[in-house]
Amino acid sequence: MTSASKLTPVLSANWDEKDSFTIEGYKRNGGYKAVAKALAMSPDDVIQTIKDSGLRGRGGAGFPTGSKWGFIPQGDNKEHYLVVNADESEPGTCKDMPLLLANPHVLIEGIIIGSYAIRANHAFIYLRGEVVHVFRRVQQAIEDAYKAGLLGKNIGGKGFDLELTLHAGAGAYICGEETALLDSLEGFRGQPRLRPPFPAIAGLYAKPTVVNNVESIASVPAIINNGIEWFQAMGTEKSKGFTLYSLSGHVNNPGQFEAPLGITLRELLELAGGVRTGHKLKFWTPGGSSTPMFTDQHLDIPLDYEGVSAAGSMLGTKALQIFDETTCVVRAALRWTEFYKHESCGKCTPCREGTWWLVQMLHDLEDGKGTEADLTKLLDLCDNIAGRSFCALADGAVAPIMSSLKYFRDEYLEHQRNGGCPFDPVASTIFKTVGA
Amino acid sequence: MVPEQALLETEAPVEMITLVIDGFEVSVPKGTLVIRAAEKLGIQIPRFCDHPLLDPEGACRQCLVDIEINGRAFPKPQASCTIPVENNMIVKTQLTSPVAEKAQAGIMEFLLINHPLDCPVCDKGGECPLQNQAMSNGRPDSRYEGVKRTFEKPVPISSQVLLDRERCVLCARCTRFSEQIAGDPFITLNERGALQQVGIYAEEPFESYYSGNTVQICPVGALTGASYRFRARPFDLVSVDSACEHCSSGCAMRTDIRRGKTLRRLAGDDSSVNEEWNCDKGRWAFKYLTSRERVTSPMIRGADGELHEASWPEAIAFAASGLKGKRAGVLVGGRATVEDAYGYSKFARVALATNDIDFRSRPHSDEETSFLSRVALGLKTTYKDIDKADKVVLLGFEPEEESPIVFLRIFKQVRKRALAVISDAPFASRGSEKLSAELVSDISAISGLTAKSVILVGERLAENVGALSTALALAEKFNAKLAWIPRRAGERGALSAGAISTLLPGGRPVSDASARVDVATAWSVDSLPTNPGRSTSEILLALSVKNLDAVVIGGVDPLDISNEALTQLLNSFVVSLEISHSSVTAIADVVLPVAAVIEKSGSFQDWQGSSRAFDKAIDDSLSRSDVRILSMIADEMGSPINLPTVAATAREIAALGVWDGKVPAFEKAATEKLTGSDGKLNLTSWRLLLDLGTLQDGEANLAGTARKATAHISPARAEKLGVKSGDQISISSDLGSISLPVAISSMSDDSIWVPRNSIGSQVLANLGFIAGPVKVVKA
Repeated sequence: MTSASKLTPVLSANWDEKDSFTIEGYKRNGGYKAVAKALAMSPDDVIQTIKDSGLRGRGGAGFPTGSKWGFIPQGDNKEHYLVVNADESEPGTCKDMPLLLANPHVLIEGIIIGSYAIRANHAFIYLRGEVVHVFRRVQQAIEDAYKAGLLGKNIGGKGFDLELTLHAGAGAYICGEETALLDSLEGFRGQPRLRPPFPAIAGLYAKPTVVNNVESIASVPAIINNGIEWFQAMGTEKSKGFTLYSLSGHVNNPGQFEAPLGITLRELLELAGGVRTGHKLKFWTPGGSSTPMFTDQHLDIPLDYEGVSAAGSMLGTKALQIFDETTCVVRAALRWTEFYKHESCGKCTPCREGTWWLVQMLHDLEDGKGTEADLTKLLDLCDNIAGRSFCALADGAVAPIMSSLKYFRDEYLEHQRNGGCPFDPVASTIFKTVGA
Repeated sequence: MVPEQALLETEAPVEMITLVIDGFEVSVPKGTLVIRAAEKLGIQIPRFCDHPLLDPEGACRQCLVDIEINGRAFPKPQASCTIPVENNMIVKTQLTSPVAEKAQAGIMEFLLINHPLDCPVCDKGGECPLQNQAMSNGRPDSRYEGVKRTFEKPVPISSQVLLDRERCVLCARCTRFSEQIAGDPFITLNERGALQQVGIYAEEPFESYYSGNTVQICPVGALTGASYRFRARPFDLVSVDSACEHCSSGCAMRTDIRRGKTLRRLAGDDSSVNEEWNCDKGRWAFKYLTSRERVTSPMIRGADGELHEASWPEAIAFAASGLKGKRAGVLVGGRATVEDAYGYSKFARVALATNDIDFRSRPHSDEETSFLSRVALGLKTTYKDIDKADKVVLLGFEPEEESPIVFLRIFKQVRKRALAVISDAPFASRGSEKLSAELVSDISAISGLTAKSVILVGERLAENVGALSTALALAEKFNAKLAWIPRRAGERGALSAGAISTLLPGGRPVSDASARVDVATAWSVDSLPTNPGRSTSEILLALSVKNLDAVVIGGVDPLDISNEALTQLLNSFVVSLEISHSSVTAIADVVLPVAAVIEKSGSFQDWQGSSRAFDKAIDDSLSRSDVRILSMIADEMGSPINLPTVAATAREIAALGVWDGKVPAFEKAATEKLTGSDGKLNLTSWRLLLDLGTLQDGEANLAGTARKATAHISPARAEKLGVKSGDQISISSDLGSISLPVAISSMSDDSIWVPRNSIGSQVLANLGFIAGPVKVVKA
């Protein structure tokens, strides 16, 4: 089996066609057929299909998508909403933006099906505001879908109405947290809400709401079109289907690799042309900076929900950031921590004050100050933050520190022995040529 | 302690939940939060953002505990302020769980890393929840060696409230209070991370009538009151429970005294009245006592026409001789305590042998006299009825301006369950807007009330003849609950003390012979006067035409009654019992200094008729209560009233009890319609909470948040006058005029509303009346 045969392009199948993002291009490749099929089913059957398929949330937590839809109370005479979380902001994560750029209609088709299933007549896409080119593309796609009668009143003549609103976020990482996203969408400052009530009971405008990741919703049309068995043929026992793996950093051919869940980094690296030539893998994140890092010992871990979890991390957004041996792990941890400090919303104490403190400590450690006792203190602070905060942001914030200390404790100490960072920061840069 | 719903319907059985906290079993009503169930056991879990009257926030994370339900433990410690109890729940607090203890110590350490530790100069030092809980639940030392966050300080978020951002622990109590309790979301958290901070809007200043509560519930010294900042250390203060003298809401208060001086006042706790809140007037208006020239010694007007200091025996003798055997009346004013009002009532009947007594120093009518003496004392409506009401009707009553705690109570239900509110106000005030009140112009047309509806009648309803009759008919028609809510703190008590021509103490009708015998027996006098007494305006008229010779006045501002009142007094013998020099003392023949609220004991009756007794806050005051001085004068006149002390008076009131006999029927009055004439507009007005009231003297910081005076007219009227919002208009009567900026509101084209006693808008003084036809032109 060649490595390329491990790829299962579904969402990305037609990205190389020059009009893949247009409604014509999408339809030419079979687009919007799933809508007709789904609208001919009962909404409950659609939910059941997605439940049976085993599709799990692609935004990081891996919650079964069909079950989430099933939580929406039916016959409650309330408005229901489907909200798509396209606020992709996790460091290293870069799957939703290319997908929306190359194939926005697959999301719209998924939204129509999902809204129909949960009986929502209004759906929202909360899109990261900085990516203006993606915003424009999705906007155009929505306009085209309206013109084609795929959105609006009486879709496909089946009596189903759906309005779709595209909303540009204002650039806060916290708004990727679903309740903060809802607050932001309602026009408030994005901060996580107290749960319960959960969004399924009182979400957007206090109405039953499903919040799904872009990729989860975009995976729905293919399941409707091809069936459960087709979908389940891919992936592992509890992690079914295909997904987008994003390789970035010190690899020769970074990018999106759509493969069945359970593929390993070793296989993905082969597809991506290997680690930067002349260098070797030092550490990597399985799913963005919030997931504890792995090292070259973990090359053969199956990248599905269970496999990564069993190895002490999380599948997350499948954003595989690859770092070779030129990278200082202390420096990397510091940069990530600075990100979390900047993005902490400020609502709860451990995240707000903890990240403020961690950054200062890591700066000192990078500068070679302190003693070994400071590492104990650093870990203790992480222990006082993790699991103590209001939402999961702070859990993510301490992940790089705790995992780097686990695998590279001596490198921290080397900074102290050396009186500063032993690495040449230029060596790890992308513009440094082979052999640096 | 008990969740809202349980408090509301105490009659309904409450489902109880049993759980175990730190090994102790406890049963609490369903819906109770873990942190409060622990309180019930005496287990205090440290907290900052948690507040029993605010929605849970879960922000500070200080109250983390370990929780297990049905044998399944939560993987992480949970915030006990956000989790409702469940059966079979096992909670381990810091007392029994090392994990919870470490979690709490960790949070406390985080809270302190950016906190300035300037406790020695901080107002909160010594009474600070952060300081106290850092000692009880924190680490002994800090491991923080980094750079603390600093801000420019302080930021005035209003003229009353200052913000020191670096002290703030971002618990969001102040912002939640402003939004959830006061309905004034003028402060909010902005920025993010450690730079998050309380902020105000550039164009919406923090002008809330309740802003002082944010200072009181701030768990650190981040919010401080401008008037109190750096004035005292908490441990130097002596705290005394007191009652608020500013309105009839009936707030429990705490007065903090240092060396005989009031340093600050705080809201006291009374869940059945003010919960834990009060208004800014109650909190910050107490300098009236020292701002004007205090009357310190008795004074007698000499042959030279000037007041001269005199000894107490001299002054008492002088007053007695001027009153003895003369035809005299008594004006009590609306600010007397129950005991003082009782003193005036008894003094009038026994020493002056007259029923010419009235507590109303404001516009009044015969219809109102009948309403007060025959209806008002029988009303049993309470705050609890508002909690349970299906509709609240406001007649001649702006709760936010005239009884702010009643407003909070209504707003609470509006927010929680969209309680319907109907108001007869001429336009939607800010208070009406917050209550989403439906405005009606014709009271008699109000429909759809039930026995659970509450009709709240303000003292201003008496200004429209016939309106009280209509309100009463409305209540009878629907069997709805009715309440009379006067503005001043002493009016309800004065009414039950008989400080009105038609009633003896305890609601006994003067016209009833057996009631008179009742009281005469208790007072050990042969008989009581039977003549029908005069009202305030009739007493003043009688004085001016020499049908009365003398008058005893206690704390009345003549300009509250009419602009002629002072001149009507000029030719009479005037005995003035006053705190400070005033327009009355300027013409009085004898001035007797009396004690202010903090210098005496006594009680106030709120609009519900509940009494709140208070002790004197300043022990060594030489000032005497009105009742004691009246008793001395009566002794000197040879007609003793035997009320030597406030305590004795209270005992006598209690012994006398209330009237259980017949009360004559209310005499209805026909409605008089006010209509605009000769192109004039009908002037309507009410007093704003913060205005030129004398009890707000000397409080510049408080005055800084008063609502600016504007004249409200309809859009059509504005167009006719050629004015836009903000343009000046001139409003004039035969007597004078005022000029105010215009605000355009949805209201009758023939009406104009202005504040009654605000800067630039003193209606009675400048126009001669508080309601009537006025000429309005562009200024």
